[in-house]
Amino acid sequence: MPVVRKRVPMKNQPPDERIKNFKEVPLGYNKKEAIKEAERCLQCKHSPCVSGCPVNVPIPRFIKALRENDIKGANRIIKSKNNLPAICGRVCPQENQCEKVCVLGQKFEPVAIGRLERFVADLILEQEKNNNSGEKTVTDGDNISTNSDSRDRVAVVGSGPAGLTAAADLAKEGFKVTVFEALHDTGGVLRYGIPEFRLPKSILDQEVENIKKLGVEFKLNVIIGKTITIDELFEDGYKAVFIGTGAGLPLFLNIPGENLNGVYSANEFLTRVNLMKAYKFPEFKTPVKVGRRVAVIGGGNVAMDAARTAKRLGAEKVMVVYRRSEEEMPARNEEIEHAREEGIEFILLSSPVKIHGENGLVTALECIKMELGEKDKSGRRRPIPVEGSNWNMKLDTVIVAIGQTPNPLLTSNSRGIETESWGGIKVDENLSTSRQGVFAGGDVVTGAATVIEAMGAGKKAARSILEYLRSDNKDK
Amino acid sequence: MYKIINKEVLAPTVKKIDVEAPLIAGKTRPGNFIMLRINENGERIPLTVADYDREKGIITIIFQEVGYTTRLLGQLEKGDFIKDIVGPLGQHMDMEGYDKVVCLGGGSGTALLYPKVKGFYEKGAEVIAITGARTKELLILEEELAKISHRLYIATDDGSKGHHGFVTDILAEILEEEEIDLVVAIGPVPMMKAVSDMTRPYGVKTIVSLNSLMVDGTGMCGGCRVTVGGETKFTCVDGPAFDGHQVDFEELMNRLNFYNEEEKMVNKKEVSD
Ligand SMILES: Cc1cc2nc3c(=O)[nH]c(=O)nc-3n(C[C@H](O)[C@H](O)[C@H](O)COP(=O)(O)OP(=O)(O)OC[C@H]3O[C@@H](n4cnc5c(N)ncnc54)[C@H](O)[C@@H]3O)c2cc1C
Ligand SMILES: Cc1cc2nc3c(=O)[nH]c(=O)nc-3n(C[C@H](O)[C@H](O)[C@H](O)COP(=O)(O)OP(=O)(O)OC[C@H]3O[C@@H](n4cnc5c(N)ncnc54)[C@H](O)[C@@H]3O)c2cc1C
Ligand code: SF4
Ligand code: SF4
Ligand code: FES
Repeated sequence: MPVVRKRVPMKNQPPDERIKNFKEVPLGYNKKEAIKEAERCLQCKHSPCVSGCPVNVPIPRFIKALRENDIKGANRIIKSKNNLPAICGRVCPQENQCEKVCVLGQKFEPVAIGRLERFVADLILEQEKNNNSGEKTVTDGDNISTNSDSRDRVAVVGSGPAGLTAAADLAKEGFKVTVFEALHDTGGVLRYGIPEFRLPKSILDQEVENIKKLGVEFKLNVIIGKTITIDELFEDGYKAVFIGTGAGLPLFLNIPGENLNGVYSANEFLTRVNLMKAYKFPEFKTPVKVGRRVAVIGGGNVAMDAARTAKRLGAEKVMVVYRRSEEEMPARNEEIEHAREEGIEFILLSSPVKIHGENGLVTALECIKMELGEKDKSGRRRPIPVEGSNWNMKLDTVIVAIGQTPNPLLTSNSRGIETESWGGIKVDENLSTSRQGVFAGGDVVTGAATVIEAMGAGKKAARSILEYLRSDNKDK
Repeated sequence: MYKIINKEVLAPTVKKIDVEAPLIAGKTRPGNFIMLRINENGERIPLTVADYDREKGIITIIFQEVGYTTRLLGQLEKGDFIKDIVGPLGQHMDMEGYDKVVCLGGGSGTALLYPKVKGFYEKGAEVIAITGARTKELLILEEELAKISHRLYIATDDGSKGHHGFVTDILAEILEEEEIDLVVAIGPVPMMKAVSDMTRPYGVKTIVSLNSLMVDGTGMCGGCRVTVGGETKFTCVDGPAFDGHQVDFEELMNRLNFYNEEEKMVNKKEVSD
C-alpha cells in the first residue's frame, strides 16, 4: 500500500462560533475517518511509538484491531495500559510523546494516534451510555480478579488522574478502595482546571461512574491532613495509602500591583469558571469578571486554557504574554493553534515587571523586552531582560499562569513524609514515600506535569501497593 | 449532605445552626472555619466554627445574613440539609500564656469572637469582652458571653443599651487604665482597622480575623491573598487571624468590593423571582 503523507483532518467547531460557547472544539473522527487514518499506520515491528508513550500503550496492536473494525478489541488493548483513553486522547501532548517518534513522522505527518485513541474510547463510552441494562461492559469488567485473596482496605488521597487510576487498578485487584477528595467534586485538574471546551465533563463523570462500579467509594469534602490524618487512616484499618494530591498551589510573579482587583491566578480564574460554573452566572452564584482587555502571563496549557476561557467570557482582546519565543512554549501545539484561530494574540519575549492600577483596579501591565541567551538546564534558551525596554499595555484583567507547586496542606500536617525543598514528596523507585505503607505519585511527586504521567504513576503505585500488601511488610 | 439539627434566631438577621459533621467536629479548634455550599449551583462561602461538640459530632455556626448565600442559609430549617461542608480550615488560635485579654466583637463579628473568648477563658486568662451593635435588637450572644468572660461591656451606636457609642471607646479607656497582654478584634474591616490603630501606640499585641473573599479555602486559588507585614499571605491557610498592626486594611477593603455589582445582581434577581 502506498504511504499516505497527510493525516485525515479532524473537524473543529468553527472559531467564530466556538468563542461564543463552551462546547468542545475538536469534534472527533467518525468511523470512516478513523479507519482511514488507522490504515496509514505502517505496523512497524520495533514500533518506537510504544516507547514514546509514557505508559506504553500497544499502539500498533490497537490500530490493527481498529482497522479490522474490532472496536471492543482495540479498546481492550488500550485499556490494558491506559485507564482513561477518552481523556488522554484529548489532552496528551502527543507531539512530544507517541507521535513524536512515529516512523511515519520522520518524513510525513505522524499517525494521529491520540485522535484514534479518542475515537475508540468515545465509541465505547457511547455504547455504555446506551447500555443501561447494568450488564458488565468491557471497560470495567475485563480484569476483575474474582479469586482475590484479600479485601484489604486502601486509601487514595486525591481524585485527579493519578488517584483515579490507582483506585481503579487496586479495586480490580480486589482491594476495598476509598478515595478522599478535598473538593466537592471528583477529577482534580480534569474538573477544575481543564475547561469544558477541551474536555467535556460528561466524559469525566462517566469514567468516575465506571470506577464506582468497580466498588470504589468516593468521599468528597475530606481534606487528608485536616479532616482526617494519615495516622487515623491507618488506625481506621487502611493497610496502605496512595497520595495523589497534585500540584495545586499557584505561583505568583511577586511584582508590584499583583494584589490589585482584576489580577487572578489561573487556578482561581479557571476554578471559578469550571468547578463553580461561573460561565453560567447568575444561574450559578459564583461570579467572575474579565473586562475588555485581558493579559495571560505564561506559555503552557494553563495559559492557553485561561486565555481561551477569557475570550469565551466576552473579552474583546486577549493576549498571552510569554518571556521566551513560541518555540519554547510548553503548551500543546494544538492548543496554541486553536488559541490563535480564536484571535488570541501572542506577545512573546516579554516579561511583566509591574501591574499599574487606579482606584484599586488594574489599568495596565508594564513589561520588559527579553532576548534569548544560552541554553539553561531545561535545554531551552534563557531569556535575558533588555535594559530600558519597558513598555505598558492597557488592561482590565491579568491572569497569572506561571506554574503551580504541591500544596503543603497534607505533608505539613502529617508525620514522617519527607519532601523536597520545593514541596514535592520524596519517593523511591516504587513510589514508596519515607513512611511505610504510604505511596505517592503524579504532580505531587514530579511537580506540574501531564495527565498521562500522573496516570502512569497511579498504575505503578497500584502495583507497588499490591506487592507491599502481598508481602509481609505490613505486619512489621 | 450535612443535616441541620437545630436552629435559633439570635437577632433579626443573625442565626445560629447546629449541623451534623462528626469528622469536622472531631478536629476543630478555636479559630478554624469551614467552607460550605448550600446546593448544586451555590457559592462556596467561609464561616467560622463558633462552637463544636466532639462527642455529639456537631458544629455550630452563627452567621449574619448579608447577601444571597447567607440569606438562603437563613431560610433553611431544622431537618434540612447543606450539600457540602469542608473543614476544619485555617490556623487555629494559640490561647496559652496570656494573663489578661480584651476581646472585641462588632456586629456578627461577635459570633466569630465567641469561640476565642471561650478558649481564653478556659485557659485561665482574665477575659474582658466588649460587644456592640447598631441598636439593642441587634446585640447577640450577651448571655453566652457573660458566662465565659470576667467582664462584659456593651456598646450601641444609638445608646439603646450600654455605652452610647462604639466598642472602641470602651477599649480606649481600658488601654489607658490597665495592663493588657492581648487584644482580639473581630468585626467589620473599619472596626478592626480602628482597633489596630488604637492599640499600636500602646504596643499591645492585636489579633484580627480577616474576612477575605474565598473560593476553595485550601490554598489553591490565591483569591484570598492579603498583604501582612509587606508580604502576600493566603488568608485561608496562613490565617484567618493575623497581627493587626501588620495588615494592609486598605487593600483588604478594596479586594472585598470587587464583586459588588455581581452580588447586587444575584440579590436583585432572587428578590424579583
Ligand atoms: C489548566 C490546566 C491545563 C492542563 N492541561 C493539560 C493538558 O492539556 N495535557 C496534559 O497532559 N496535562 C495538562 N495539565 C496538567 C495535568 O492536568 C496534571 O499534570 C494532572 O492533572 C496531575 O494529576 P494528579 O492526579 O497528580 O493531580 P490533580 O489533577 O492535581 O489532582 C489532585 C487532587 O487531589 C486533591 N487534593 C489535594 N490535596 C488533598 C488533600 N490533602 N486531601 C484530599 N484531596 C486532596 C485535589 O483537590 C485534586 O482533586 C493541565 C493542568 C492545568 C492546571
Ligand atoms: C474565615 C472567615 C470566616 C467567616 N466567618 C463568618 C461567620 O462565622 N459568620 C458570618 O456571618 N460571616 C462570616 N464570614 C463572612 C461570610 O463568609 C460572608 O458574609 C459571606 O460569604 C457572604 O456571602 P453572601 O452570598 O451572603 O453575600 P454576598 O452578597 O455575596 O456578599 C456580601 C458580603 O460578603 C462578602 N463575601 C461574598 N462572598 C464571599 C466569599 N466567598 N468569601 C468571603 N466573603 C464573601 C462580600 O465581600 C460582601 O462584603 C467569614 C469570612 C471568612 C473569610
Ligand atoms: S496515552 Fe497519550 S502518549 Fe500514550 S498513546 Fe495515548 S495519546 Fe499517545
Ligand atoms: S511508529 Fe507510527 S507508523 Fe509505526 S507502528 Fe507506531 S504509529 Fe504505526
Ligand atoms: S481561598 Fe483559595 S487560596 Fe485561599
